[in-house]
Amino acid sequence: MELSGGQILVQSLKDEGVEYIFGYPGGAVLHLYDALFQQDDVKHILVRHEQGATHAADGYARATGRPGVVLVTSGPGATNAITGIATAYMDSIPMVVISGQVSLPVIGSDAFQEVDMVGISRPCVKHNFLVKDVTKLAETIKKAFYVATSGRPGPVVVDVPKDITDPKIKVPYKYPKKVTMRSYNPAVSGHKGQIKKAVELLLAAQKPVIYSGGGVVLGEASAELTEFSHLLGYPVTNTLMGLGAYPATDKQFIGMLGMHGTYEANMAMHESDVIIAIGARFDDRVTGKLDLFCPYAKIIHIDIDPASISKTVKVDIPIVGEVKPVLEQMIGLIKDSKAKPNKKALDAWWHQIDQWRAVQCLEYDRGSLLIKPQYVIEQLYEVTKGDAYVTSDVGQHQMWAAQYYPFDKPRRWINSGGLGTMGFGLPAAIGVKLAFPDAEVACVTGEASIQMCIQELSTALQFKTPIKIINLNNRYMGMVRQWQEFTYESRYSHSYMDTIPEFVQLAEAYGHVGLRIDKPEEVRPALEKAFAMRDRTVFLDIITDRTENVYPMIEAGKGHHDMKLRAAPGTSTDRELA
Amino acid sequence: MRHIISILIENESGALSRVAGLFSARGYNIESLAVAVTEDPSLSRITLVTRGSEDVIEQITKQLNKLIDVVKLIDLVESDHIERELMMVKIKTNEQTRAEIRSLADIFRGKILDVTPTSYVLEITGPSEKLDAFVAAIAPETIIEVVRSGPTGISRGEKGLHL
Repeated sequence: MELSGGQILVQSLKDEGVEYIFGYPGGAVLHLYDALFQQDDVKHILVRHEQGATHAADGYARATGRPGVVLVTSGPGATNAITGIATAYMDSIPMVVISGQVSLPVIGSDAFQEVDMVGISRPCVKHNFLVKDVTKLAETIKKAFYVATSGRPGPVVVDVPKDITDPKIKVPYKYPKKVTMRSYNPAVSGHKGQIKKAVELLLAAQKPVIYSGGGVVLGEASAELTEFSHLLGYPVTNTLMGLGAYPATDKQFIGMLGMHGTYEANMAMHESDVIIAIGARFDDRVTGKLDLFCPYAKIIHIDIDPASISKTVKVDIPIVGEVKPVLEQMIGLIKDSKAKPNKKALDAWWHQIDQWRAVQCLEYDRGSLLIKPQYVIEQLYEVTKGDAYVTSDVGQHQMWAAQYYPFDKPRRWINSGGLGTMGFGLPAAIGVKLAFPDAEVACVTGEASIQMCIQELSTALQFKTPIKIINLNNRYMGMVRQWQEFTYESRYSHSYMDTIPEFVQLAEAYGHVGLRIDKPEEVRPALEKAFAMRDRTVFLDIITDRTENVYPMIEAGKGHHDMKLRAAPGTSTDRELA
Repeated sequence: MRHIISILIENESGALSRVAGLFSARGYNIESLAVAVTEDPSLSRITLVTRGSEDVIEQITKQLNKLIDVVKLIDLVESDHIERELMMVKIKTNEQTRAEIRSLADIFRGKILDVTPTSYVLEITGPSEKLDAFVAAIAPETIIEVVRSGPTGISRGEKGLHL
């Protein structure tokens, strides 16, 4: 079969089983768009801004586990995609981004819409390619998918000069079934001796904690983590990226850890004598001040990426390998072991944890006359029966969604954890809804974040992705305001906007339904009404208490045992900030 | 501590910038860098000298290994190895100084590559400290320019870094 470069690209995507590509056309990819036009298998989702394309593909990838695919033109198309590529990179999301490039002979001449995409994307991709020979195009696409999805996943950019896709130049096409790369061998199985040592240490623990992260979600090891944890009876805490990997409603779950984690999770980490980190990377938002991190614990760390091990926290038993098979082996060893978890020590440990739980660190003022954002998330959980896909933007609302929506399944909680990208939530929700049209998809956002990619409301209409946007509108960049309150004596420097759009009208202008809610008693009925409109995107503009802060909190430079808790109930005031 | 990391890398455009970019992005320092193609034209060999604590060097080698283009690497300092650097020095000369420079070159087993009535170009090869010593031995005002390749190295014995 002889095909042009444009046709090869499209056919390669088909052969790779790609369902959707998220993109935006432009000069350098016109041949490619022409090839797309002449087929129906790969569906193109036309976004309104390339950042939206990357986030939508990212949401699709996080929800399904399959790689998200993006198609952008050269120059500004490529640079607009960078934020989304970096977002995927920080959270290890498999993504293939095809960017157009100016023709080979003019590369380097500062041609119209030329930018060095390979250079610009280099620090935020797992790998990238510049295609210089059309006969290598299919193989390069195969390599891109292989690299993006294997090992520790990540985004891969394929930069394709326009002349490579020239319809007049046809070459034989064959999509490779498999590629091998001598410089890339991602499959690693954990060291047996280390695994055995880890199990021995675990079974001898007095105050153990299982600390699991996004690697468990990415590695499809949720069932194994649950079995492993149940077998041991040890407390489990998840990172922000790991939420859902272990059922949050399970009695062994002690909540998220880290800066806005629960009191019980952070105290347990601090007091623990053995910690097993599973697919988690000791991020600074998790560890707090490194010198104070888990002072009494021996640490076991399972990770597919050797560079994640002992990067910030020195580990006692490192295990480099895929989480799933390592956990399977550990489960086998625990079952066969004569040693059993120390029941007496464990009872005392749980007794201690229950005392920390009794602090009820997530309680808030339920009698408020203003809408409390936490209440909205709790109601969202009730109305969706805890089974929605929840995407979020970045800030206070993100933390509240993480704290008050207990996820029982992996891949339901979709947020930009590593890069912290405002504008992520709405396009990500579109990607999720395309992947799972029958599922409930909610985007929890705030009035600042939503404005960063609000143009994608138009995409949601065109491609009929009825999502529910929960806009926690506190008229502040809430997290910035919170930090300014705590550490800058309430000097709210530029953390509010004097003009905020009328979101109900805005949603309607985009062809959707807009609802404004400003009383607590309206929250539940409005959510029910919104979710009852199965085929409509509904924008719920919820006017919340603008003074509300995210608690508990580990402030900068502090350790897990030194959390700032909410003031006792009744002492908070509902006054509007001056 | 000083480490010499020897890297076998795909001989592709952009491969070197991935290595250099990694160092600048993660705040590691490169003391010197020598690159050339190997006997296999599809592979290049990079010899990179860096300094850092054990933890930093461990991260550097792990992060380098993560680069898709990197095939293999070793830290030469971890075992017995040979280290060589090449230097060319252009020196101002006159009738009075020529003999002295020639004898100095002999002591350092240097070669004279170019002669004009007013200058010499000398070639000296050896461990970096030897080159430092030579530069220190000549009067600074006579040096026109110094060109150094940066160290390259190879491990002793049968073992080697290859595919």
